[in-house]
Order: sequence, then structure tokens, then C-alpha cells
Amino acid sequence: MANITLKDIAHSYTGASNNPDDYALKKLNLTWRDGGAYALLGPSGCGKTTLLNIISGLLTPTKGQVLFNNDDVTRLPTERRNIAQIFQFPVIYDTMTVFENLAFPLKNRGRSKTEIEPRVIELAKMLGLEKDLFTKAQHLTADAKQKISLGRGLIRQSVNAILFDEPLTVIDPQLKWELRSQLKYLHKQFGFTMIYVTHDQTEALTFADEVIVMFEGEIVQVGTPEALFERPEHTFVGYFIGSPGMNIVPCRLQGRSMLIEDHEITLDQTYKEQPDSAKIEVGIRPEYLRLAPAEEKGLPVKIIKVDDIGRHKIARVAVNDHTFHVVMPEISGMTGDTASLVFDTAHTNIYVNDHLITGEQS
Amino acid sequence: MIAKQTNQKAWFMVLPVFLVVAFSAVIPLMTVVNYSFQDTFGSNQFFWVGMTWFRDLIHSERFHDAFLRQIMFSSIILAIEIPLGIAIALTMPKKGWGVPVCLISMALPLLIPWNVVGTIWQIFGRVDIGLLGHTLASLGFDYNYTQDPVAAWLTIIIMDVWHWTSLVVLLAYAGLCSIPDAYYQAAKIDGASRLAVFRYIQLPKMQRVLLIAILLRFMDSFMIYTEPFVITGGGPGNSTTFMSIDLVKMAIGQFDLGPAAAMSLIYFLVILLLSYVFYTVMSNIGEESSNGGA
Amino acid sequence: MQLELRNVCKKVGKEFHISDVSLTFEPGTLNILLGPTLSGKTSLMRLMAGLDQPTSGTVHFGGQDVTGIPVQKRNAAMVYQQFINYPNLSVFENIASPLRIARVAAPEIKKRVAKVAALLKLENMLKRSPNELSGGQQQRTALARALVKEADLVLLDEPLANLDYKLREELREELPRIFSETGSIFVYATTEPSEALLLGGNTASLHQGEITQFGPTIEVFSRPQNLITAKTLSDPPLNSLPVTKLNNRMLFKSHVEIPVLGQLPQLPDDDYTIAFRPHHLYLHRTSERAIAVKAKVAVTEITGSESYVHIDIAGIRWVLLAPGIHNFDVNETIEIFMDPSKFYVFDRNDCLVVTPENVADV
Repeated sequence: MANITLKDIAHSYTGASNNPDDYALKKLNLTWRDGGAYALLGPSGCGKTTLLNIISGLLTPTKGQVLFNNDDVTRLPTERRNIAQIFQFPVIYDTMTVFENLAFPLKNRGRSKTEIEPRVIELAKMLGLEKDLFTKAQHLTADAKQKISLGRGLIRQSVNAILFDEPLTVIDPQLKWELRSQLKYLHKQFGFTMIYVTHDQTEALTFADEVIVMFEGEIVQVGTPEALFERPEHTFVGYFIGSPGMNIVPCRLQGRSMLIEDHEITLDQTYKEQPDSAKIEVGIRPEYLRLAPAEEKGLPVKIIKVDDIGRHKIARVAVNDHTFHVVMPEISGMTGDTASLVFDTAHTNIYVNDHLITGEQS
Repeated sequence: MIAKQTNQKAWFMVLPVFLVVAFSAVIPLMTVVNYSFQDTFGSNQFFWVGMTWFRDLIHSERFHDAFLRQIMFSSIILAIEIPLGIAIALTMPKKGWGVPVCLISMALPLLIPWNVVGTIWQIFGRVDIGLLGHTLASLGFDYNYTQDPVAAWLTIIIMDVWHWTSLVVLLAYAGLCSIPDAYYQAAKIDGASRLAVFRYIQLPKMQRVLLIAILLRFMDSFMIYTEPFVITGGGPGNSTTFMSIDLVKMAIGQFDLGPAAAMSLIYFLVILLLSYVFYTVMSNIGEESSNGGA
Repeated sequence: MQLELRNVCKKVGKEFHISDVSLTFEPGTLNILLGPTLSGKTSLMRLMAGLDQPTSGTVHFGGQDVTGIPVQKRNAAMVYQQFINYPNLSVFENIASPLRIARVAAPEIKKRVAKVAALLKLENMLKRSPNELSGGQQQRTALARALVKEADLVLLDEPLANLDYKLREELREELPRIFSETGSIFVYATTEPSEALLLGGNTASLHQGEITQFGPTIEVFSRPQNLITAKTLSDPPLNSLPVTKLNNRMLFKSHVEIPVLGQLPQLPDDDYTIAFRPHHLYLHRTSERAIAVKAKVAVTEITGSESYVHIDIAGIRWVLLAPGIHNFDVNETIEIFMDPSKFYVFDRNDCLVVTPENVADV
């Protein structure tokens, strides 16, 4: 059990270099509390797996230090870091039974049979594997195999952290729900530090207390799921989180209002004057937009398309070239209609050069 | 879309295969079967003798000896080449410039024709001019494959190991390369020893290719002819007269077509039977590891 | 041309991979095969393409029986989960390859490739090699190659499964537009109900090699004819409750009583299953009719805008999906509300007997 600190970590696969473009992971500092649930979220190639491998010790960073509590483990090999990792595809020992698979990490560490047996049986019960304990692991379904991988991580009581590398990739949607909630439950039961790497925002947000959003080798925001949803600090976070993502549309500021294509919308806050060269955009979640009949006050838009996806409807609307997604339980307008787009100003964010700015309440 | 039609002409496409197989396998085999039940004194006169040749052969000491020698040879070859091949494959690099170097040097012995391999080792082992023979002799070893059966066996076995271990290496290497990295990483994390990694990851994942390697090496070594024929000619005495050499001696040397035909049939059946046994046993191990306990 | 499967079966060894499937796909439609892994989606597509022959039954195309005809002679194209492109050819040549095989004249090839490339937004990548493209672009190239043939039948086997979440979202939005521009029959296999709903079109729900229902996607979602279909179309998973009707009372053990209203009194006394979707389970009383139930919280997942509360009612696992952020402790007992006007009632053979609007007396 340990706090994990990353100090000035940077990594380049081509070795130390002065060209920042060579770095798959640009300089970053992070501290992970013992017992927390964290997610590393980002598109492929953003450096999240590189970061995970640095923590597990499969990769030695070009620069910086990895600290477990206050011990420098940067150069310590994986087996001596006392961590566990679950991979994208289930890794099981084919010739062993489920029991032997689960017992393997303890057996390797020379624990006695009397210690191993009750622990394996208890864990198998928690994972719902008790029926298959003496079956060869090879013959189970993908989700059961992934549970075994997870079990091998959980069996050691003293691990510093359990790392997950997109563990639900090969699992069917229905079973994803089951495994995900089970994982969350196990986290609460065991209190291990868990770090979960994924490109799937639902997985990241539902699993983690704190999500680290990465893009092109850098951390763009660290925050609770709520903060990432309500107040993304960067337009990338707004776009990446939420489905559909945040609507981000160019606008101009004018005192307490903003102008989208010359239509004025009054805001809750007053923003400082910005230089002419600055790129100013408004960001609003589709959930905070509402389509009203054209007579009502709001931004006049044309409805391009309305999709019924069962739980709610998603409309695509446009003002000239700018499109917005609107999510509503029920939409009365039809494709081709004009409507009025109403902003929930309490949830309207303003971005200057892709970064969130705050205004003044007045 | 083209309407459905049954085209009987397709059968003609199979005809060449039928012809080739008939001429190269079926007719010769039938001729051998035919010979094995008859006796001839030349000039194309044949007499029906029934099972005589088979009965004689089964009770013949010469056949027993050749058969035992053959079994012994194949067992030794498998016992050396399979573990050695796996061991070499395990030490080969997985990436970098070493990979092509290793692969090419491994493939080289496989490219040399059998009789040339025989000739190479025949000269290599000669006490007067051969590098190996001369060196051993000058070091004081009593080595002479033309007189000492042990030396003759050693020479042939070492030659076969030199010639064919690469095949096992290449197959095992292919099996090892197909294991995803995640397995090794997981094993590290689980604290598995080097031996455990081999026992629980590498060996199970190599099982299929090893089955092929064992079958190929068994069949080949069981039918070995050219190399011992070139090196020792079956001697000294009969000490390296393997079944195929004995067969040729009988058929060509003594022109005993009937017994030779009977022997080749038994030989054929033995290979078929043993290959089948190997295959069943090996695939059962595979089955067991996939269905076991269920 | 219309594609029709008549009583198609595919038996491998003793197992039926496909059993008695009859389906008709009209030209110019998008047809989704939805079901978990191993439900027979790929097997069915292989039969449609002519890569496999059915054990019994026939395949008709444009009215003609094409059952025995191999894939080369059918005008079909296929896109796989893996991005399959020729690595040594440029994107242009990759897209042009089916036309080259068909010996189409060079100027015609240029014209058709340009058209498809524009449709898939690949115009600027035509000279590049597939290895230099992102996953999304590689899959677009594979898709372009399938479309350029102007095949009568285009089969897509989980084409987005290997893409990042956000890329998936973008392509999902574009695909219906791309599909609508050609007159081909599109068949699209997926494991994800949300994908089916976003794409629209028709959906065939598959379970163990059988079609459980076929119709317009939203129709299959909102009017599932049987429990399996309702489950297949539900993500998060469907909540279900086994009840027994006796003497005009409907009970789940002694824990929950369902008021016998609407068409429920007409049902004979028997065992039934009541099912409803997670967003129809509430934390607050939403109507007069709502039924209050005490439940134990297993785990709560919060996405930043919504909460998934996994609850336990006398051994039955449900998911409650509520907008906003609601945090509960593990094992906390809470009161939740069910709305009878959202109930589907299935009989003991899992067939729908009462639709939601007929459960509650309005």
C-alpha cells in the first residue's frame, strides 16, 4: 500500500532528446493517493499506456522519478514493485485450473498451502468463480477469464496498486456492466489503489473518483467526473467527455452577452475584453440546450436531423455553418423546421484559445 | 448475379491429380503388395506363397535387429533434438539484427542435400584427412567410425542432430514468437520464476508446433537412409544397418523381391501406426488441457 | 435487388450455428444484426456473402436462388473488424483494387474512386500508404473499397469495434448518410444496442443462432416481442422481476406487489416476468401510480451527469439510471419507485403479453 508520485516524468521511445516532438510523454507531475480509484482517459496514442507501463516498471522513463511512498522505484523491475496489472486481453495460464491460476502469485512467493487455500476460495466467491474453481481456465468465456486475471491481482493482499489496461475491450456490453460494477465493488471492499486506462469515457467516469484526461502526451485536466462534465478546462476535454461531446462554437463577447453569428445571448457573467487575435468559443453540453418553438426567445436554428435513440432524442441543429447537438427526452420539431435554441446560461462556458476563462458575477 | 447451375466439368480438373497419384503411389504400392505374396526366381516367373514372407520376417532375427536399431535411433534423435531445439529457440533474440542472422544460420543445414550431408560428415570424421577424426585421434581418443560401432553411431547421431535440430528450432521459435508480450508481463507481475514461465506459458503455447516437430522428426529419422548409407554403408558389421538400409540390401543387393516387399509393407505399417499413436497422444494432451475437469 | 433468406440453417458438427432463419432485406436499407458474441452474426453474414453454404434452406437475391454460388460470383463486399488494407498500395490503389480486378477502364476508376473518397472524406489521403493513417482513416479506406464496387450487398462485421470511442461516435453519425447515398443493401453486425439505435434502420435481434425479432430499430427497442429481444436491446441491462399472479394479486415473493390494473386482470393466474429499462426506475415519486420499493445499494457509478445505482432487491440485481449526481453508501437502504406505465409483461414462455400502455389504467 503506497502513495504513488510521478516526479517530472517524461518519456521518449527514441532515447533522451532535446526535441519535444520525440516525447510520447511530455513532462508531468502527479500524485496518487493510496486507495484511490483513478482513470487515465484519452484517445489512442495519447501516452496513457506509456504512463501505465512506467508505473508498472515495464518501461523505464527517459526522465524523472517514480516514487512509491518516498521510495524511488524508477529503476526497480516489475516483480519487485509489488503491483498487479490486468491487460486488454485476458492472460491466463492455459494448463492450470482456475484455482491454480488464482493461487499462482502466492505460490510463487512461497506461501503455505494452508494460507493459500482459504484465500483463493474466498476470492473466487467474491468474483463469482466458485463453481468453476477446478475447471481448466482455458475453457471459460472471455469475461470469466478476465475475472481470473483480475483475481490474480487481488489475491495478494499487499499490492501497491492494481493497473488496468483497457480491460473490458473483449467483453460484450451486457457483461461489461456486470464486470464494471463488480470492479467498483471490489475496490470498495479491498481499498487497493486502482489505475484504469481507457479510451472509453463511460468506463473512466463510472470507475474513477478522479479522471486524468490526456492528449498528445500531456495531461489536459485532472478532476472528478462531475468537474470534467460541468467545467472542462480545455475544449478537448469538452469534446472528449460526454456523448455527444460538448458543442463548441465560435462567438464574440460583448459585455454581459455573447454573439453567435450576430444573435445576442445574455450570459450570467461578465468576461474581460479579449484581444482581437484570440479565438473565442462558447462551449455548452447538449444536455443543457433546449429546443423551443420558433416564437420563443433564443437562437434561431434549423433542425437538420432528429434521432430517436430510445432513452432520449438527439437533434442536430445549425446556425449557418455552426452545428449543435441537442439532447432532450422529447423533441416536437421535425427535420427542416426552424426552432429556437435556448441556452442554460448557468452551464455555458467560454473558451479563449481553447482554455476555459472565468468571468465575474455581476 | 449468375443463376445457379451445377457444372459436372469440374470433375475433369481433378483428373491430373488422380493420374499423378495413381502412377506415383497407388500402382507402385500395389506392385509391392503383389510381390509380397509371391516368390520369383527371375525371368518374370512368380509363384504364390501366401503369408510365408511375412511369417519368416516376423521371426527373423535380422529383421528384429534392424527394427530395434531403428527404434533406438529414432528415440535417441527425438530425445536430443526436441529439447535441444527448444533450448536454442529460447535463447534466440526476439528482435533486432540478431533475428535474421540466427534464422539464416539455422536454416543453412536444412538447405544441404542429404547425400552431401553424408559425404561432408564422412570426410569430416575420417581419421586420416578429416578435421574431426584427425583432431580426435591426435587428442588421443580411439575414434574410428569404420571400425568401432559406438563411433559409427555417434557420428551418425551427431550428424543428424547437426542437420535437423534447426528444423525443431525454427518451429519452436515460430511458436514462441506468437506468444503476446502480455503473458510475460503478467508472469513477471505474478512473480513467476524462469522455469515457471517455461512450464506454464511457453511450453503450452508451443504445444501445437512441437507436435508437428515431433511427427516430422520421428518419420524422417525412422526412414533415414542416405546419410548412414554414405558414411558407413550400414557397418561396421551390421551395427548401423537401419531398416531402410536393410531393405535396400535385401531388394537390390540380394534381389529377394518377395521378402523385401513384405518388409517394406511392415515398415510402412509401423510408421503409420507409430505416427498415429504420437498424434493421438499429443492431441489428447491438448484436449485434456482444454477440456480437462469439465 | 432484394436479399432473402428462407429457413436457413447452418449446422457445424452437432451444433446449430444458425437455426431456421428467414429474413428479407430491401435494397437501399440498413439492416443491423444485433446480438452478443457467438450469437451467430458472423455466421449469418458468411451465408449471405456466399463464403459458407447453408446446411439447409435457400438464399435468394433479386428473386433468384443463389444458394450454391460462391462469393466470387456474387456482387458482395465485406468490411471486417480488423482494418484490412493492402499495406504496399496507396490509399487510392487500395480503393481502386476491386475495380482493377473487374477490369474497369482507368478514367472510370479515377472518377469512381474520387466520388467515394469524397463521400468518406479521404480526398487528401489518397497518395498516402495505409500504415500512415489513423485507425479511423484506415477503416474508412476499407469501407471505401467496399463501397466503390457498388456492390448489391455490403456486409459490415463490427466495423467500429477496434476504434476509439470518440472515433466510433463520429463514424456512427456519418454512416447513415453514407449508406443512404447508395442503393445497396447494408448489413451491419454489432454487439452494442446503443450503436444500433444511433444508426437507425432495421434491426434483427439474434440469440443463439435464432432471430428473435426483426423490424425498424426503434420499434424493436420500444416493442420487444419477447424477453430475449428486450434484453438484447437494453444497455444498461434490462431490469426484470419474476412475479406470480394469484387471486387478482401480483406478487414477487412478499417483497413487491404490483397493482393489478389495465389489462392485467384479464391475465390467467400464472408466473410472469415484469421488465422495464433502468431509466424508468426513479429515486423520487414521479406519479400517483408509482410503486415504492425498498432496495439495498450495491454500488453507485457516476458519470458526471448521470448516476447508475446498482441495487439489490431480495437477491435480484437492478440498475437505476438517474440524471444528476447521487451518491449512496454500499449496503445503504433506499426507497426507489417503479412506474407501471413503463412495464412490459412477459408470460412464462418469455413472450410479451401486455405492453406498457396497457399495464397502467389511464
